[in-house]
Amino acid sequence: MIVQAAGRRDRIGAKYGMWLFLFTEILFFGGMFLLYSVYRSEYPVEFHASAAEENLLLGSINTAVLLTSSLFIAVAISAVKKGSYRLSIIFQVATILMGLAFLGIKSVEWSEKITRGIYPNSPVLDKMKMGDILFFGLYYVMTGIHGIHVFIGICVISSMVYFTLTGNITKENFSKIENTGLYWHFVDIVWIYLFPLFYLIT
Amino acid sequence: MTLNATESQDHISSYRTYFFIWAALMLLLVATIAVAKVEVSRYSVLLNLFIATVKAGLVLFFFMHLKYENWFLKGVLFMVLVMLAIVIGLTFSDVWYR
Repeated sequence: MIVQAAGRRDRIGAKYGMWLFLFTEILFFGGMFLLYSVYRSEYPVEFHASAAEENLLLGSINTAVLLTSSLFIAVAISAVKKGSYRLSIIFQVATILMGLAFLGIKSVEWSEKITRGIYPNSPVLDKMKMGDILFFGLYYVMTGIHGIHVFIGICVISSMVYFTLTGNITKENFSKIENTGLYWHFVDIVWIYLFPLFYLIT
Repeated sequence: MTLNATESQDHISSYRTYFFIWAALMLLLVATIAVAKVEVSRYSVLLNLFIATVKAGLVLFFFMHLKYENWFLKGVLFMVLVMLAIVIGLTFSDVWYR
C-alpha cells in the first residue's frame, strides 16, 4: 500500500515537474514572439512583403504533419495506459517518422532560401531593407530553435520506443512517455503560432 | 483501494476522441489558410491568431489532458500566460508611447 501511494505521488510530481519546465519554455519562446511583434509593428509593410516570399504550400503541409504527429503520440500514450504495447510502439515510430518528415520539409525550405542568397549576414540580405533583414533573421532564429526542439523530441521519443520494447514503460509506469507527450504537444503549439506569423500575414 | 484511486485519477482518453480533435485541428488549418487567402479585411491577421489560439486550446485541453487536471495546474498555467501578457503589454506601452 505504502509503496503504491508513494508511486502515485511520484507520478504527479513528475507531471508537475514537466509542466514547470514547459512554463519556462513558454516564457523562452514568448521572448522571441515579443521581439517579432515589436518589429512587426515597426516594419508592417516589409514584414508583409517578406512573408509573401515564404512557401505557403510547404508551410501548410508541415503544419498538417506536426498536428498529425501530435495525434500519433497521444494515441501511443493511451495505448500504453491500456496495455497495448505493440500498438503504442507502432504509433511512437509513426510520430518519429512525422517529426523527421517535418525536419525534411523544413530543410527543403531553408536550402531553397539559402540558394537564393537569403540567410543571416548574406550579401543579398544585407542590401535589403531593415524590415526584411529583421523578418528573415527572426524566421531563421525562431524556426531554427523550434526545429532543434523537434529534433530533441525525436531523440526522446526514440528512447521511449526502447523503454517500451524493454518493458520499462508499462501501464503502471508511464510517466516518462506521458511527459514526452506533453513536450511534443508543446512543440506543436509553438508551431501553431509560428505558422500564421511567418506564412499567413501576406 | 490505492490502485483504484490511481486509476480513477488518471483519465485515459479514447482513440475516437483524439481522432475527432485531430479532425477539428485539420479543419481549423484549412480555415486559417482560407482566411489568409481571401483577405477579407485588415482583421484577417487577428482572426488567424484567434484560430491559432483555438487550435492551441484543443491541443492543450485534449492532447495534453489539461481538461482532466485540477484547478491548481490550470491556475499556474493561467498565471504564466498573464505574466507573458503583462511583459508584452508593458513592452508595447514603451514602444508606442516613447
